[in-house]
Amino acid sequence: MKNLQRNEKLVQISLLAVAFSAVSILAIITVFIFEEGSPILFKHGIKNFLLGLNWYPTEQSFGLLPMIIGSLFVTLGALVIGVPFGLGCAIFLTEFSSRRLRQIIKPIIELLAGIPSVVYGFMGVIILVPFIRKTLGGPGLSVLAASFVLGIMILPTIISISIDSLQALPPSYREGSIALGATRWQTTKMVLLPAARSGIIASIILGMGRAIGETMAVIMIAGNAASIPRSILDPVRTLTSNIALEMGYASGEHRQALFATGIILFIIIMILNWIANITSARRKA
Amino acid sequence: MKIAKEGKVQIRSKSKFLTLIFYISLVILSSCSRSASQRGLIVAGSTSVQPFADRWAEVYMQKYPGRIVNVQGGGSSAGIQAAKLGSAQIGSCSRELREDEEDLYETVVARDGLAVIVHPSNEISDLSLEQVREIFAGKIRNWKGVSGKDKTITVVSREEGSGTRGSFQEMVMGKVRIFKSAIVQDSNGTVREIVANDPNSIGYISLGLVDKRVKALKLDGVLASEENIFNHHYKLVRPFLFVTNGPAKGEVKNFIDFVLSQEGQEIARKAGLIPAGEGER
Repeated sequence: MKNLQRNEKLVQISLLAVAFSAVSILAIITVFIFEEGSPILFKHGIKNFLLGLNWYPTEQSFGLLPMIIGSLFVTLGALVIGVPFGLGCAIFLTEFSSRRLRQIIKPIIELLAGIPSVVYGFMGVIILVPFIRKTLGGPGLSVLAASFVLGIMILPTIISISIDSLQALPPSYREGSIALGATRWQTTKMVLLPAARSGIIASIILGMGRAIGETMAVIMIAGNAASIPRSILDPVRTLTSNIALEMGYASGEHRQALFATGIILFIIIMILNWIANITSARRKA
Repeated sequence: MKIAKEGKVQIRSKSKFLTLIFYISLVILSSCSRSASQRGLIVAGSTSVQPFADRWAEVYMQKYPGRIVNVQGGGSSAGIQAAKLGSAQIGSCSRELREDEEDLYETVVARDGLAVIVHPSNEISDLSLEQVREIFAGKIRNWKGVSGKDKTITVVSREEGSGTRGSFQEMVMGKVRIFKSAIVQDSNGTVREIVANDPNSIGYISLGLVDKRVKALKLDGVLASEENIFNHHYKLVRPFLFVTNGPAKGEVKNFIDFVLSQEGQEIARKAGLIPAGEGER
């Protein structure tokens, strides 16, 4: 008996240690990024970082605005492509398809999430980029190519969370609406989608987080020009690719500026997570 | 009674599993703590130098069994940093040392030409350095501007901090900045890949990596060939450096001596580099 109690205690303590180490790793990363990146932010002025147009880090010119706008453009583009497809797919699978079809298709879509991003990037370079170059002009490596590939990459997130939130609705909603004579599409549009709204919004925000954080695929297909794109056929550089592209060769202030890029990305993602938490909390209430 | 028995069996197999993990981690830890001499020599730095350093290391280790050379990438600046801090005995570098780095010892192990490349279908095969500078500065945006087709030029450059970009900036651009809308890639290979696929593109890569899928331009009428580099006619040549913290001695000196030997230099020549002794300016 005593032995069992001791074991219980031991398990409790070791699990606590594991949980704590996960939290402390996050804390260490945060402290490290801010410690490495904030000196240069304050030295050259936060305003110059956020609003500067020129990124020539070896000449002490650290304007991140093209990359901030680049990240937002590409993410927005991914949503424009990913949300209608994802939501449509989720609605079809919950409301219009048979249970068996759903059981086959849903795991396949979730498999999309398991494909490494470098494979998406490679497919983009081999197929999508030449296609855009030939049909629409420009270099092909562009906002459009990056948005399209990211749009596909966020599909599994949007679809599976939207399906979950649609399925979590009480069956009486569906039954009541149909009993009133509404068609399936009317039921979906007027009853189910509004009721599942917060879950769907959370899925979109999580997809957005994935899109804004994606690096490898974007480096391969976005062209990485550090200027604000004038059209969707222009090349673009995101905050994440800025870090990954240059970290190999960076030293001194250049390296610090990449950490500063990390801080800005960190803050943007924190804000997104915070919004996602608020919306999903509202869903439970 | 029965349940308890089963539980015991499970616990025993679990503890076996734990013991196994314990031994595995012991093995891993012990291999980590081997002394530096057993781990061998580390050459870290420029990704442009890396494939050639790999080749040198391979032949060197075949020739002298028991000696170990590890070649790592990371970039020119990272290589210099590694040599300074001692995490690598040799840092490799594909550009001249900067003023704040000149306290280190450098050995030129080979020279490399820088080729300006276009798509093979491009009718232009000769540009002046001035024209190349204007294209990369964004002043000439259309091939028409250098009497080519009426097509927008896709300019492909390397990322800020890269040794190849550093040399190109120094030798071609001078004080003029490479314009912001240029596409940026993070290796010679991806620059070549883009230029090979985009008929309107122009880029610059290491001469040793030019192949049939791209066309190296003549600059001011001079072809980027070994011969023209030897007789100083071709201007875009950069050194490949091995950098050490203090004069090379012992194992480090053995390896550098091998690289500079006739055999080592022959390897460099076969791989498309220019031997260190020749083409000196």
